[in-house]
Amino acid sequence: MNEKEIIASRIALELCDGDLVNLGIGIPTMVADYVPEGKHVTFQAENGIIGLGPLTEEETNIVNAGGVKATIKKGGAFIDTVTSFTFIRGGHIDVTVLGALEVDQEGSIASWIIPGKKVPGMGGAMDLVTGAKKVIIALKHTNNGQSKVLKKCSLPLTAANQANLIVTEMAVMKVEKDGLHLLEVHPDYSIEDVIKATEADLIINDVQKMKGVN
Amino acid sequence: MKKFIKKNEFINLLKDEMTISVGGFLTNGTPEKLIDLVIESKVKDLTIICNDGGFEDKGVGRLIVNNQVKKLIASHIGTNPYVGKLMQESKIEVELVPQGTLAERIRAFGAGLGGILTPTGLQTIVENGKQILEVKGQKYLLEEPLGADMALIGGAMADDNGNLKYSQTMRNFNPVMATAAEIVVVEAVKRVSEIDPEDVITPFPFVDYILED
Repeated sequence: MNEKEIIASRIALELCDGDLVNLGIGIPTMVADYVPEGKHVTFQAENGIIGLGPLTEEETNIVNAGGVKATIKKGGAFIDTVTSFTFIRGGHIDVTVLGALEVDQEGSIASWIIPGKKVPGMGGAMDLVTGAKKVIIALKHTNNGQSKVLKKCSLPLTAANQANLIVTEMAVMKVEKDGLHLLEVHPDYSIEDVIKATEADLIINDVQKMKGVN
Repeated sequence: MKKFIKKNEFINLLKDEMTISVGGFLTNGTPEKLIDLVIESKVKDLTIICNDGGFEDKGVGRLIVNNQVKKLIASHIGTNPYVGKLMQESKIEVELVPQGTLAERIRAFGAGLGGILTPTGLQTIVENGKQILEVKGQKYLLEEPLGADMALIGGAMADDNGNLKYSQTMRNFNPVMATAAEIVVVEAVKRVSEIDPEDVITPFPFVDYILED
Protein backbone atom coordinates (compact mmCIF):
# COMPACT_ATOMS: atom_id res chain seq x y z
CA MET A 1 0.00 0.00 0.00
CA ASN A 2 1.19 3.52 -0.73
CA GLU A 3 0.98 6.29 1.88
CA LYS A 4 -2.47 7.47 0.79
CA GLU A 5 -3.83 3.92 0.83
CA ILE A 6 -2.43 3.35 4.32
CA ILE A 7 -4.19 6.48 5.60
CA ALA A 8 -7.50 5.71 3.86
CA SER A 9 -7.63 2.06 4.91
CA ARG A 10 -6.83 2.90 8.55
CA ILE A 11 -9.55 5.55 8.69
CA ALA A 12 -12.10 3.12 7.25
CA LEU A 13 -11.73 1.06 10.44
CA GLU A 14 -13.07 4.02 12.43
CA LEU A 15 -16.44 3.89 10.67
CA CYS A 16 -19.23 2.07 12.49
CA ASP A 17 -22.21 0.17 11.17
CA GLY A 18 -25.05 2.60 10.50
CA ASP A 19 -22.86 5.73 10.36
CA LEU A 20 -23.70 8.68 8.13
CA VAL A 21 -20.35 9.88 6.80
CA ASN A 22 -19.10 12.83 4.75
CA LEU A 23 -15.78 12.39 2.95
CA GLY A 24 -13.73 15.32 1.69
CA ILE A 25 -11.76 15.53 -1.56
CA GLY A 26 -8.47 13.64 -2.01
CA ILE A 27 -7.35 10.95 0.44
CA PRO A 28 -10.70 11.08 2.32
CA THR A 29 -12.59 10.04 -0.85
CA MET A 30 -10.49 6.85 -0.93
CA VAL A 31 -11.85 5.80 2.49
CA ALA A 32 -15.03 4.57 0.78
CA ASP A 33 -12.97 1.84 -0.96
CA TYR A 34 -11.88 0.31 2.34
CA VAL A 35 -15.12 0.04 4.31
CA PRO A 36 -15.06 -3.52 5.71
CA GLU A 37 -17.57 -5.89 4.12
CA GLY A 38 -20.70 -6.31 6.15
CA LYS A 39 -20.47 -2.80 7.62
CA HIS A 40 -23.30 -0.63 6.33
CA VAL A 41 -22.15 2.98 6.03
CA THR A 42 -24.09 5.75 4.26
CA PHE A 43 -22.13 8.51 2.55
CA GLN A 44 -23.41 12.06 2.29
CA ALA A 45 -22.19 14.52 -0.34
CA GLU A 46 -22.72 18.17 0.66
CA ASN A 47 -23.95 19.18 -2.78
CA GLY A 48 -27.06 17.12 -2.08
CA ILE A 49 -26.89 13.35 -1.83
CA ILE A 50 -27.69 10.99 1.00
CA GLY A 51 -26.41 7.61 -0.14
CA LEU A 52 -23.60 8.55 -2.51
CA GLY A 53 -22.51 5.63 -4.69
CA PRO A 54 -19.42 5.02 -6.86
CA LEU A 55 -18.31 7.25 -9.75
CA THR A 56 -19.74 6.59 -13.21
CA GLU A 57 -19.00 7.27 -16.86
CA GLU A 58 -22.69 7.06 -17.76
CA GLU A 59 -24.75 10.11 -18.75
CA THR A 60 -26.20 11.58 -15.53
CA ASN A 61 -27.07 14.82 -13.74
CA ILE A 62 -25.63 13.41 -10.51
CA VAL A 63 -22.29 14.77 -9.36
CA ASN A 64 -20.41 14.35 -6.08
CA ALA A 65 -19.04 17.22 -3.99
CA GLY A 66 -15.99 17.34 -6.25
CA GLY A 67 -18.25 17.93 -9.26
CA VAL A 68 -17.47 14.46 -10.66
CA LYS A 69 -20.19 12.24 -12.19
CA ALA A 70 -21.39 9.77 -9.57
CA THR A 71 -24.30 7.55 -8.59
CA ILE A 72 -26.85 7.29 -5.81
CA LYS A 73 -27.44 4.11 -3.83
CA LYS A 74 -30.84 2.45 -3.74
CA GLY A 75 -32.86 3.96 -0.92
CA GLY A 76 -30.93 7.25 -1.08
CA ALA A 77 -32.23 10.81 -1.38
CA PHE A 78 -31.47 14.02 -3.23
CA ILE A 79 -31.57 17.10 -1.03
CA ASP A 80 -31.05 20.83 -1.44
CA THR A 81 -28.14 22.75 0.08
CA VAL A 82 -30.13 24.03 3.07
CA THR A 83 -31.14 20.47 4.01
CA SER A 84 -27.62 19.22 3.32
CA PHE A 85 -26.14 21.69 5.81
CA THR A 86 -28.95 20.98 8.26
CA PHE A 87 -27.47 17.49 8.31
CA ILE A 88 -23.93 18.84 8.53
CA ARG A 89 -24.23 21.71 10.99
CA GLY A 90 -27.03 20.17 13.01
CA GLY A 91 -24.97 17.24 14.26
CA HIS A 92 -26.60 14.59 12.07
CA ILE A 93 -23.33 13.50 10.44
CA ASP A 94 -21.55 10.85 12.52
CA VAL A 95 -18.12 11.20 10.97
CA THR A 96 -16.43 13.60 8.58
CA VAL A 97 -13.04 12.86 7.08
CA LEU A 98 -11.17 15.84 5.69
CA GLY A 99 -7.69 16.66 4.47
CA ALA A 100 -5.75 19.60 5.89
CA LEU A 101 -2.67 21.73 5.29
CA GLU A 102 -1.97 21.79 9.04
CA VAL A 103 -3.50 20.39 12.21
CA ASP A 104 -2.41 21.07 15.77
CA GLN A 105 -2.34 19.43 19.18
CA GLU A 106 -5.39 21.42 20.28
CA GLY A 107 -7.40 19.99 17.38
CA SER A 108 -7.39 23.18 15.34
CA ILE A 109 -7.42 22.71 11.57
CA ALA A 110 -6.11 24.84 8.69
CA SER A 111 -7.22 23.73 5.23
CA TRP A 112 -8.63 26.51 3.08
CA ILE A 113 -6.19 29.33 2.46
CA ILE A 114 -2.48 30.07 2.09
CA PRO A 115 -2.53 33.87 2.26
CA GLY A 116 -0.93 35.51 -0.75
CA LYS A 117 -0.48 32.19 -2.52
CA LYS A 118 -3.62 30.14 -2.78
CA VAL A 119 -7.17 31.10 -1.88
CA PRO A 120 -9.49 28.28 -2.97
CA GLY A 121 -12.08 29.05 -0.29
CA MET A 122 -13.55 26.95 2.48
CA GLY A 123 -16.48 25.40 0.59
CA GLY A 124 -18.34 23.27 3.13
CA ALA A 125 -15.30 22.43 5.27
CA MET A 126 -15.93 24.96 8.05
CA ASP A 127 -19.50 23.74 8.55
CA LEU A 128 -18.40 20.09 8.41
CA VAL A 129 -15.72 20.30 11.08
CA THR A 130 -17.98 22.45 13.25
CA GLY A 131 -21.04 20.22 13.07
CA ALA A 132 -19.96 16.60 12.59
CA LYS A 133 -19.96 14.41 15.70
CA LYS A 134 -16.47 13.09 14.93
CA VAL A 135 -13.83 14.85 12.84
CA ILE A 136 -11.01 12.77 11.40
CA ILE A 137 -8.16 14.59 9.69
CA ALA A 138 -6.34 12.66 6.95
CA LEU A 139 -3.00 14.08 5.93
CA LYS A 140 0.60 13.28 5.10
CA HIS A 141 2.69 13.58 8.25
CA THR A 142 5.17 15.99 6.67
CA ASN A 143 5.49 18.28 3.68
CA ASN A 144 9.07 18.63 2.31
CA GLY A 145 10.37 17.48 5.69
CA GLN A 146 8.23 19.99 7.61
CA SER A 147 5.76 18.57 10.11
CA LYS A 148 2.09 19.19 9.35
CA VAL A 149 1.15 18.15 12.90
CA LEU A 150 1.97 21.26 14.89
CA LYS A 151 1.85 22.79 18.36
CA LYS A 152 -0.21 25.60 16.86
CA CYS A 153 -1.44 26.05 13.28
CA SER A 154 0.32 28.89 11.45
CA LEU A 155 -2.22 29.28 8.63
CA PRO A 156 -5.73 30.81 9.04
CA LEU A 157 -8.00 28.27 10.70
CA THR A 158 -10.88 26.31 9.27
CA ALA A 159 -12.01 25.80 12.87
CA ALA A 160 -10.51 25.80 16.36
CA ASN A 161 -10.44 22.68 18.55
CA GLN A 162 -12.59 20.47 16.32
CA ALA A 163 -10.34 17.59 15.19
CA ASN A 164 -10.80 14.38 17.17
CA LEU A 165 -8.49 11.98 15.38
CA ILE A 166 -5.47 12.57 13.12
CA VAL A 167 -4.33 9.81 10.79
CA THR A 168 -1.10 9.99 8.77
CA GLU A 169 0.98 7.37 6.96
CA MET A 170 3.10 7.17 10.13
CA ALA A 171 0.68 7.33 13.01
CA VAL A 172 -2.75 7.64 14.56
CA MET A 173 -3.11 10.46 17.08
CA LYS A 174 -6.07 11.43 19.25
CA VAL A 175 -6.84 14.93 20.49
CA GLU A 176 -7.81 14.89 24.16
CA LYS A 177 -8.28 17.64 26.72
CA ASP A 178 -4.75 17.08 28.09
CA GLY A 179 -3.11 17.09 24.65
CA LEU A 180 -2.32 14.95 21.63
CA HIS A 181 -1.98 11.23 22.35
CA LEU A 182 0.03 8.97 20.09
CA LEU A 183 -2.11 5.85 19.78
CA GLU A 184 -0.67 3.83 16.91
CA VAL A 185 2.49 3.78 14.79
CA HIS A 186 2.88 2.19 11.36
CA PRO A 187 5.26 -0.83 11.53
CA ASP A 188 7.67 0.82 9.05
CA TYR A 189 8.43 3.49 11.67
CA SER A 190 9.53 3.63 15.29
CA ILE A 191 8.02 5.82 17.98
CA GLU A 192 11.23 7.87 17.78
CA ASP A 193 10.70 8.41 14.02
CA VAL A 194 7.21 9.75 14.71
CA ILE A 195 8.40 12.06 17.49
CA LYS A 196 11.12 13.41 15.17
CA ALA A 197 8.64 14.05 12.35
CA THR A 198 6.11 15.75 14.64
CA GLU A 199 6.37 19.33 15.81
CA ALA A 200 3.44 18.89 18.21
CA ASP A 201 4.05 17.56 21.71
CA LEU A 202 2.95 13.93 21.80
CA ILE A 203 1.65 12.22 24.91
CA ILE A 204 2.97 8.67 24.81
CA ASN A 205 1.50 5.96 26.99
CA ASP A 206 0.43 2.75 25.38
CA VAL A 207 1.34 2.85 21.68
CA GLN A 208 0.01 0.08 19.44
CA LYS A 209 0.98 -1.10 15.96
CA MET A 210 -1.22 0.66 13.37
CA LYS A 211 -4.39 -1.38 12.86
CA GLY A 212 -5.30 -2.74 9.46
CA VAL A 213 -1.79 -2.86 8.01
CA ASN A 214 0.27 -5.99 7.48
CA MET B 1 -50.28 30.47 -15.61
CA LYS B 2 -46.73 31.80 -15.43
CA LYS B 3 -45.25 34.21 -17.84
CA PHE B 4 -43.05 32.45 -20.31
CA ILE B 5 -40.56 34.91 -21.71
CA LYS B 6 -38.48 35.09 -24.82
CA LYS B 7 -34.73 35.65 -24.85
CA ASN B 8 -34.97 39.34 -25.67
CA GLU B 9 -37.54 39.90 -22.92
CA PHE B 10 -35.13 38.37 -20.42
CA ILE B 11 -32.28 40.55 -21.67
CA ASN B 12 -34.49 43.60 -21.16
CA LEU B 13 -34.82 42.72 -17.46
CA LEU B 14 -31.05 42.94 -16.97
CA LYS B 15 -29.32 46.08 -15.72
CA ASP B 16 -25.80 47.16 -14.82
CA GLU B 17 -24.85 46.76 -11.14
CA MET B 18 -27.52 44.17 -10.46
CA THR B 19 -27.07 41.56 -7.77
CA ILE B 20 -27.80 38.19 -9.35
CA SER B 21 -27.85 34.86 -7.55
CA VAL B 22 -27.15 31.85 -9.74
CA GLY B 23 -28.02 28.27 -8.81
CA GLY B 24 -25.67 25.34 -9.29
CA PHE B 25 -22.77 23.54 -7.64
CA LEU B 26 -19.60 23.48 -9.73
CA THR B 27 -22.03 24.29 -12.59
CA ASN B 28 -24.23 21.20 -11.96
CA GLY B 29 -27.68 22.81 -12.00
CA THR B 30 -26.49 26.16 -13.36
CA PRO B 31 -28.75 27.67 -16.07
CA GLU B 32 -26.20 27.98 -18.89
CA LYS B 33 -28.63 29.43 -21.45
CA LEU B 34 -29.50 32.28 -19.08
CA ILE B 35 -25.75 32.87 -18.58
CA ASP B 36 -25.38 33.01 -22.39
CA LEU B 37 -27.98 35.76 -22.44
CA VAL B 38 -26.37 37.72 -19.60
CA ILE B 39 -23.17 37.64 -21.67
CA GLU B 40 -25.09 38.74 -24.78
CA SER B 41 -26.66 41.63 -22.81
CA LYS B 42 -23.20 43.06 -21.97
CA VAL B 43 -24.46 44.30 -18.57
CA LYS B 44 -21.55 45.06 -16.25
CA ASP B 45 -20.52 45.62 -12.63
CA LEU B 46 -22.66 42.71 -11.48
CA THR B 47 -22.58 41.23 -8.01
CA ILE B 48 -22.89 37.47 -8.38
CA ILE B 49 -23.97 35.13 -5.60
CA CYS B 50 -23.15 31.50 -6.37
CA ASN B 51 -21.81 28.49 -4.50
CA ASP B 52 -18.52 28.74 -6.41
CA GLY B 53 -16.71 30.57 -9.20
CA GLY B 54 -17.54 27.87 -11.73
CA PHE B 55 -15.01 27.21 -14.45
CA GLU B 56 -13.44 29.59 -16.95
CA ASP B 57 -15.61 28.12 -19.71
CA LYS B 58 -18.69 27.12 -17.70
CA GLY B 59 -21.23 28.58 -15.30
CA VAL B 60 -20.78 31.99 -13.65
CA GLY B 61 -17.07 31.62 -14.44
CA ARG B 62 -17.90 32.76 -17.96
CA LEU B 63 -19.35 36.06 -16.67
CA ILE B 64 -16.19 36.58 -14.61
CA VAL B 65 -13.90 35.85 -17.58
CA ASN B 66 -16.03 38.29 -19.61
CA ASN B 67 -15.28 40.97 -16.95
CA GLN B 68 -18.95 41.56 -16.15
CA VAL B 69 -18.59 40.87 -12.44
CA LYS B 70 -17.57 43.47 -9.85
CA LYS B 71 -18.11 41.27 -6.82
CA LEU B 72 -18.45 37.53 -6.25
CA ILE B 73 -20.01 36.08 -3.11
CA ALA B 74 -19.18 32.35 -3.02
CA SER B 75 -17.87 29.53 -0.84
CA HIS B 76 -15.20 28.27 -3.23
CA ILE B 77 -13.24 29.74 -6.14
CA GLY B 78 -10.52 27.10 -6.58
CA THR B 79 -11.88 25.71 -9.86
CA ASN B 80 -11.63 29.03 -11.70
CA PRO B 81 -8.04 30.36 -11.74
CA TYR B 82 -9.22 33.54 -13.50
CA VAL B 83 -10.95 34.65 -10.26
CA GLY B 84 -7.63 34.43 -8.40
CA LYS B 85 -5.92 36.39 -11.15
CA LEU B 86 -8.52 39.19 -11.04
CA MET B 87 -8.30 39.24 -7.23
CA GLN B 88 -4.53 39.76 -7.38
CA GLU B 89 -5.07 42.63 -9.82
CA SER B 90 -7.80 44.05 -7.51
CA LYS B 91 -10.24 43.85 -10.41
CA ILE B 92 -12.82 41.79 -8.54
CA GLU B 93 -13.98 41.73 -4.94
CA VAL B 94 -14.53 38.25 -3.55
CA GLU B 95 -16.45 37.54 -0.35
CA LEU B 96 -15.84 33.95 0.72
CA VAL B 97 -18.67 32.53 2.80
CA PRO B 98 -18.84 29.03 4.32
CA GLN B 99 -21.21 27.00 2.15
CA GLY B 100 -23.76 26.28 4.87
CA THR B 101 -23.70 29.91 5.99
CA LEU B 102 -24.23 31.06 2.41
CA ALA B 103 -27.31 28.86 2.08
CA GLU B 104 -28.74 30.01 5.42
CA ARG B 105 -28.10 33.71 4.69
CA ILE B 106 -30.08 33.34 1.46
CA ARG B 107 -32.79 31.38 3.28
CA ALA B 108 -32.99 34.11 5.96
CA PHE B 109 -33.63 36.76 3.31
CA GLY B 110 -36.28 34.66 1.60
CA ALA B 111 -37.95 33.85 4.91
CA GLY B 112 -37.98 37.42 6.20
CA LEU B 113 -35.46 36.77 8.98
CA GLY B 114 -32.99 39.36 10.24
CA GLY B 115 -30.10 36.94 10.01
CA ILE B 116 -28.94 33.64 11.38
CA LEU B 117 -26.76 32.55 14.30
CA THR B 118 -24.17 29.92 13.41
CA PRO B 119 -21.15 28.44 15.17
CA THR B 120 -19.44 28.01 11.78
CA GLY B 121 -16.50 30.38 11.41
CA LEU B 122 -15.99 31.12 15.12
CA GLN B 123 -12.31 31.69 15.98
CA THR B 124 -11.46 32.01 12.27
CA ILE B 125 -11.07 35.07 10.03
CA VAL B 126 -14.73 34.60 9.01
CA GLU B 127 -15.76 36.16 12.34
CA ASN B 128 -13.91 39.41 11.62
CA GLY B 129 -16.24 42.41 11.87
CA LYS B 130 -19.24 40.33 12.91
CA GLN B 131 -21.22 40.28 16.13
CA ILE B 132 -20.80 37.27 18.39
CA LEU B 133 -23.89 36.47 20.44
CA GLU B 134 -24.30 33.97 23.24
CA VAL B 135 -27.41 31.83 23.44
CA LYS B 136 -27.84 29.22 26.17
CA GLY B 137 -24.13 29.35 26.90
CA GLN B 138 -23.07 28.73 23.30
CA LYS B 139 -21.40 31.36 21.12
CA TYR B 140 -22.65 32.10 17.61
CA LEU B 141 -21.78 34.43 14.75
CA LEU B 142 -24.53 36.72 13.55
CA GLU B 143 -24.67 36.36 9.77
CA GLU B 144 -26.85 38.77 7.83
CA PRO B 145 -29.55 37.91 5.29
CA LEU B 146 -28.50 37.86 1.64
CA GLY B 147 -30.95 38.64 -1.13
CA ALA B 148 -30.65 39.43 -4.82
CA ASP B 149 -32.30 41.57 -7.45
CA MET B 150 -32.61 38.51 -9.65
CA ALA B 151 -32.21 34.76 -9.22
CA LEU B 152 -31.31 32.53 -12.16
CA ILE B 153 -32.62 29.04 -11.52
CA GLY B 154 -31.47 25.91 -13.35
CA GLY B 155 -31.82 22.14 -13.20
CA ALA B 156 -35.58 22.48 -13.00
CA MET B 157 -38.48 20.55 -14.40
CA ALA B 158 -41.26 23.11 -14.77
CA ASP B 159 -44.98 22.58 -15.21
CA ASP B 160 -47.46 24.84 -17.02
CA ASN B 161 -48.31 26.61 -13.81
CA GLY B 162 -44.68 27.37 -12.95
CA ASN B 163 -44.21 24.75 -10.24
CA LEU B 164 -40.72 23.26 -10.14
CA LYS B 165 -38.97 20.10 -9.15
CA TYR B 166 -35.33 19.40 -9.81
CA SER B 167 -33.29 16.80 -11.61
CA GLN B 168 -30.98 14.74 -9.36
CA THR B 169 -28.18 16.79 -7.75
CA MET B 170 -29.03 19.87 -9.83
CA ARG B 171 -31.27 20.94 -6.95
CA ASN B 172 -28.50 22.28 -4.63
CA PHE B 173 -28.85 26.08 -4.17
CA ASN B 174 -31.70 26.49 -6.68
CA PRO B 175 -34.73 26.12 -4.35
CA VAL B 176 -33.40 28.52 -1.72
CA MET B 177 -32.30 31.11 -4.28
CA ALA B 178 -35.80 31.01 -5.78
CA THR B 179 -37.11 32.37 -2.45
CA ALA B 180 -34.70 35.28 -2.13
CA ALA B 181 -34.81 37.55 -5.17
CA GLU B 182 -36.98 40.32 -6.56
CA ILE B 183 -37.22 38.59 -9.94
CA VAL B 184 -36.91 34.81 -10.29
CA VAL B 185 -36.14 33.45 -13.77
CA VAL B 186 -36.08 29.74 -14.52
CA GLU B 187 -34.35 27.83 -17.29
CA ALA B 188 -36.14 24.50 -17.41
CA VAL B 189 -34.29 21.33 -18.38
CA LYS B 190 -37.68 19.75 -19.00
CA ARG B 191 -41.26 20.99 -19.36
CA VAL B 192 -44.21 18.93 -18.19
CA SER B 193 -47.90 19.81 -18.11
CA GLU B 194 -48.35 19.15 -14.40
CA ILE B 195 -46.12 18.16 -11.49
CA ASP B 196 -47.86 16.11 -8.82
CA PRO B 197 -48.49 18.59 -5.96
CA GLU B 198 -46.78 16.18 -3.57
CA ASP B 199 -43.56 16.39 -5.60
CA VAL B 200 -43.33 20.17 -6.03
CA ILE B 201 -40.11 21.58 -4.52
CA THR B 202 -40.48 25.22 -5.57
CA PRO B 203 -44.16 26.26 -5.61
CA PHE B 204 -45.20 28.54 -8.50
CA PRO B 205 -45.65 31.80 -6.52
CA PHE B 206 -41.85 31.97 -6.12
CA VAL B 207 -41.38 31.88 -9.90
CA ASP B 208 -41.73 35.01 -12.04
CA TYR B 209 -40.55 33.91 -15.45
CA ILE B 210 -39.63 30.77 -17.33
CA LEU B 211 -37.41 31.10 -20.37
CA GLU B 212 -39.06 29.79 -23.54
CA ASP B 213 -37.06 27.24 -25.50
